[in-house]
Amino acid sequence: MILTATRELAIDIGGMPILVRTDSAEFADLLEDRYGSFIHAPSSDGIFTLDVELIPHRVIEEDEDVRVRLESGRWIITRGDFRAEWDTRRGQGWVRQSANPYSIDGVLRILHSLFLAREGGFLVHAASAVRNGRAFLFAGVSGAGKTTLSRLAPPDAEVLTDEISYVRPCHTGYEAFGTPFAGELARIGANLRAPLAALYLLVQGPENRIEPVDPADAARAVLRNILFFAHDEELVGLVFQSVFDFVARVPVQRLVFTPDARVWELIV
Amino acid sequence: MTTYIARSKSVAARMLGGEMMIMSPRDTTLFNLNDVGSVIWQSADGQTPLHAIVERLCTEFDVAPEVARQDAETFVQELVEHGIMHVSDRPITAEPLRQEAT
Repeated sequence: MILTATRELAIDIGGMPILVRTDSAEFADLLEDRYGSFIHAPSSDGIFTLDVELIPHRVIEEDEDVRVRLESGRWIITRGDFRAEWDTRRGQGWVRQSANPYSIDGVLRILHSLFLAREGGFLVHAASAVRNGRAFLFAGVSGAGKTTLSRLAPPDAEVLTDEISYVRPCHTGYEAFGTPFAGELARIGANLRAPLAALYLLVQGPENRIEPVDPADAARAVLRNILFFAHDEELVGLVFQSVFDFVARVPVQRLVFTPDARVWELIV
Repeated sequence: MTTYIARSKSVAARMLGGEMMIMSPRDTTLFNLNDVGSVIWQSADGQTPLHAIVERLCTEFDVAPEVARQDAETFVQELVEHGIMHVSDRPITAEPLRQEAT
């Protein structure tokens, strides 16, 4: 008889730990490597549980695109490389995937986007960093300069992510959290949180300057950069309202920058 | 035939900086409404006939009735296609039942 021991790892992103359970010690090791400081010891504080069922590598769904839909209180999440279900009432779910870090990474992004939608928060395509105890977001599509700006960060700035920022409302406004979701920097962010001071829309230009952005343009720009996957009318409405609440409370400006370290002189 | 139009209750809409923005909850298309569109949107209470809304457009924006009617119908049709607005030949008092896919 072969005994299998279930390994449990709490992956704590944005202050919302998900207890991940797997029967594979190798996969658990892989997760520890992938998520580093975002892995915590399992505790009774974990409110969410995700069971991983590993299968041989093969195409699970014909459709390569991610699909997220709600059926009888369960989110059904599918992509070419995984299938997952999430019971919203119990805060439990499972994912069926091969032993790779990319599939579960996709599941975690989607689950957090669902959790945040009900909290007034969101995931956004943005680099972020903490400086002098305050967080700054740098939003833009691929190629806008998120990774470049992250690479140029001075020693007194802690990079929270160079790709996907995590924003939650708090009693004083909003907080940004570090994430393990990395872009070209290929390095997980610092596992920190800090009050959000500003969001900058990145535009590369011949010099470094900050320009005002009118509120409607700010809302449009933030909406364009939001990560949201679910085909669900209620949650789409909630995310829309969250973005407008956000731009009403957080300064949104355009950061025109030339890729050298002096741009950080403006970020204080 | 008299036409009535009503905003979908599930739609997300906000006025910001004098600009009305609405998002289709069905496909997340974002619409920015100009002044004419904002008047139609805010008048779409399910009780005001579309011809009365068109008359208001003619008065407020000094536009010919036929042009205003065509613009309004095109605008309404687009919002209907995105699930943002409902159209009926009688006053609309409640959200119409959604047609489920079969």
